[in-house]
Amino acid sequence: MSAPTAWTVESVRRALTAKQISARELTDEFFRRIGERNPELNAYLALCPERAYAQADRIDRQVARGASLPLLAGVPVAIKDVISTAGIVTTCGSRILQNYIPPYDATAVTRLEQAGAILLGKTNCDEFAMGSSNENSAYGPVRNPIAPDRVPGGSSGGSAAAVAAGLAVIALGTDTGGSIRQPGALCGIPALMPTYGRVSRYGLIAFASSLDRIGPFGRTVADVAAALTVLAGEDANDSTCARTPVPDYTAELHKPVQGMRLGIPKEYFGAGMDPAVRQRVEQAIQQLAQLGCTIEHISLPHTDYAIATYYLVATAEASSNLARYDGVRFGFRAPAASLAEMYRRTRGQGFGQEVKRRIMLGTYALSAGYYEAYYLRAQKVRSLIARDFAEAFRQVDLIVTPTSPVPAFRLGERTSDPLQMYLADIYTVTGSLAGLPGISVPCGTTPEGLPVGLQILGPHFEEARVLRLAHAFERASGFSS
Amino acid sequence: MSRAAEETRLPASVLSQYEAVIGLEVHAQLKTQTKIFCACSTRFGDPPNQNTCPVCLGLPGTLPVLNRRALELALRAALALHCTVHERARFARKNYFYPDLPKGYQISMYELPLATGGWLEIEHDGTTKRIGITRLHLEEDAGKSLHEGFPDSDRYTYLDFNRCGVPLIEIVSEPDLRSPAEAYAYLTALKQVLEYTEVSDCNMEEGSLRCDANVSVRRRGASRFGTKTEVKNLNSFRYLQRALEYEIERQIAVLESGGQIEQETRLWNLAAARTEPMRSKEFAHDYRYFPEPDLLPVRVPAALQAEILAAMPELPAARRQRFQRDYGLSAYDASVLTDTRARADYFEAVVRAGAAPKAASSWIQTELLRRLNDAGDDIQNSPVAPEALAELIALVEAGTITAASGKKVFAQMFETGKRAAAIVAAEGLSQINDVAELERLCREVIAQHPENAAKYRAGNEGVFKFFVGQVMRATRGQANPQLVNEILQRLLRQE
Repeated sequence: MSAPTAWTVESVRRALTAKQISARELTDEFFRRIGERNPELNAYLALCPERAYAQADRIDRQVARGASLPLLAGVPVAIKDVISTAGIVTTCGSRILQNYIPPYDATAVTRLEQAGAILLGKTNCDEFAMGSSNENSAYGPVRNPIAPDRVPGGSSGGSAAAVAAGLAVIALGTDTGGSIRQPGALCGIPALMPTYGRVSRYGLIAFASSLDRIGPFGRTVADVAAALTVLAGEDANDSTCARTPVPDYTAELHKPVQGMRLGIPKEYFGAGMDPAVRQRVEQAIQQLAQLGCTIEHISLPHTDYAIATYYLVATAEASSNLARYDGVRFGFRAPAASLAEMYRRTRGQGFGQEVKRRIMLGTYALSAGYYEAYYLRAQKVRSLIARDFAEAFRQVDLIVTPTSPVPAFRLGERTSDPLQMYLADIYTVTGSLAGLPGISVPCGTTPEGLPVGLQILGPHFEEARVLRLAHAFERASGFSS
Repeated sequence: MSRAAEETRLPASVLSQYEAVIGLEVHAQLKTQTKIFCACSTRFGDPPNQNTCPVCLGLPGTLPVLNRRALELALRAALALHCTVHERARFARKNYFYPDLPKGYQISMYELPLATGGWLEIEHDGTTKRIGITRLHLEEDAGKSLHEGFPDSDRYTYLDFNRCGVPLIEIVSEPDLRSPAEAYAYLTALKQVLEYTEVSDCNMEEGSLRCDANVSVRRRGASRFGTKTEVKNLNSFRYLQRALEYEIERQIAVLESGGQIEQETRLWNLAAARTEPMRSKEFAHDYRYFPEPDLLPVRVPAALQAEILAAMPELPAARRQRFQRDYGLSAYDASVLTDTRARADYFEAVVRAGAAPKAASSWIQTELLRRLNDAGDDIQNSPVAPEALAELIALVEAGTITAASGKKVFAQMFETGKRAAAIVAAEGLSQINDVAELERLCREVIAQHPENAAKYRAGNEGVFKFFVGQVMRATRGQANPQLVNEILQRLLRQE
């Protein structure tokens, strides 16, 4: 990457403090880059320059006063379009919300802005975060900045592409089954899914409530850590958000990793993995060993059931979460003579194929006579998967796996086969089901130059440990962007 | 009664071969300031959609946060109804599409309710019967669809979401009720408990108490239940009884004509005075319940239960018994005086202020309640404070004024809010106990009516009342009747 794209939280802070650049100039610079690259990438769906410049001017006044700057002062950020932003249209990548303007900000957005971040705009994504390639957006696919004929991954494809292309320093994504980590891997940047309950979901437009999480993309693990420090913590508006104290994740980064015991689950290295991915991940594991970590081969025996379990739980919850898009109070409405017909047409025309497929799957899984066999059974298997991890974490400190079985694939290559697409999540859904924190960090490229991601999973609320290893690996491997 | 209803009229000899089996599902609005999952006001009667926010409007991305007060009130109700409160309850989503249900699901409780297995005693036909409570759970109310009343109501339905997210408890009884009268007694007793415990206002007009019934009939002596129907829209005590009577007769008529009862949901049509099947579309739901992932399971630690039990107000049945035992009141008087908590509190305040319990009971029942009823007011707003009534009772008991004067004084107290002593002084109503003065009056009356005096002396004792009446009239009722009696007898015999 060329020098001008390399802004980080730290370099922004230094430049602002040294008055080498103002927040307004920096904002100009990012909007200029977006103007240049977004028409090709389609990473942003909406920009909010007024709000951005107002915030930039606030930061500039603080700099002028010589006030101490908040943690993310002047840092340009992008927000996935499934996260509510007051006054800025929030579509979820769906036609059904094409004109929906939330009256309130998500807690995560409020916290970023309170920490001085400059909100540039909203990023493209698979419709309602359902997809692994960003091809399910009603507003067109996002292109991978590394290889524009390929997908950026999904569902947070726009956020990943924006950060990878230098169109934002930090971006928020959401992860339900891999939607942060997988695009992070495919776009070659660090991408963190925090523990379930670590970051408030208030304002995150639900896909599957028991799985959905907000997390940051950054150019470096340090940026991701800084963002998490700002985002994490209890919220009176989300009772599923934990009261667990929030450490200074940046300070935790520099602790040693020597002696860490890393588990390598055999189930994550089976058939279906691209050989180049395998090679990069195995190399990465060797590098981790060289950092003084102990490598232990472990088993997570219920891994095979994860995809099926995930697609039952997630679709069941989605079928209920998406019921509110009925054309009655907001969003798209297709006119019709009767109420039932209005519902049918609004939802029929407003939702895309994949969303409708999942609503139907989920409705079926919850139906009388099938609930026990599908939803309830899936919840039981989910507990077993979580137990696999709990037992593994008695032996090891962290678990290391590939993030995605394949690197970025070509646009259109997998759209005809939903099942094939679902398998893109094969290494990420387990951590989602178990509520664990996980990061994807770049671990090199394939011979074609496509990024490969290494996934590090940790025990609940051990983001600091996950980030520490990711940071050490990033420095040792030199793969940081 | 409409023709349709008359068609189901069956001879008593047929009706008496059957027995009704009734269970009630009651929804009561909890007396909280704010809604169950957000901070919006629960106030009734505000302009439409004033008390709404992104959470109760179900806007994308919002999350429910449980109102602790709602949980406490629900627990209080559960414990007052002798239920077993579960340490772990869980909210669930009940999924269905309706315009006044903004999320497309109602947050309720399903497989893990707050409490189960309670009971409530009802009194009916002079006997006490214990009615089982199957379960009690918390849930949110939906909004309101306004189909009429607007100029363009022929084309549009208006929606008011003020009620959306108002906290409710649903209380499901066992099918232990055997007649509409028992159902009425149950609802009355339940309302009383919820009011006493200040769990709910139970205001049926404002929809804070709503009732559905499950009804079946079977031949007397049969051990198995018949097929039941669910009757909705029973939102007043009167409709409840009438609708149940109708539905029971309807079912018997169906069985008598060789038909079978269809398991269905029926709606009480007030205007037609009959129950009618709801169109199948309106109720043929598969609600697809599943645990609400946006809320943690509800934990009810033993300490919280103990705290709520310790703060539990005295329940109506206990108070009734105590009134009989401690104040020597009859069962009837105790029942009237404990009808509402406010009434019982008033009575006890009068007694505390020094009145004899029986006198207090009598004054409250004969004077105060009658006037309050005429004025359409509640005892909470009585213009006569309990202490003021006690003062009046004291004046009568001490003989300062007569009972008849007391009633007049009370009327003025009620009208003006003045204290009894002030009215007695201003009106000169003090009882005349001056023997010499009374004797002078009696002599005058006898002198004026010599022929009646002669009749009395000839043995016509009935005429005695005439003289008493004359004296009382002359004193505008203030003469001490006891003294007047003695003096008149003495004087009439003397001459």
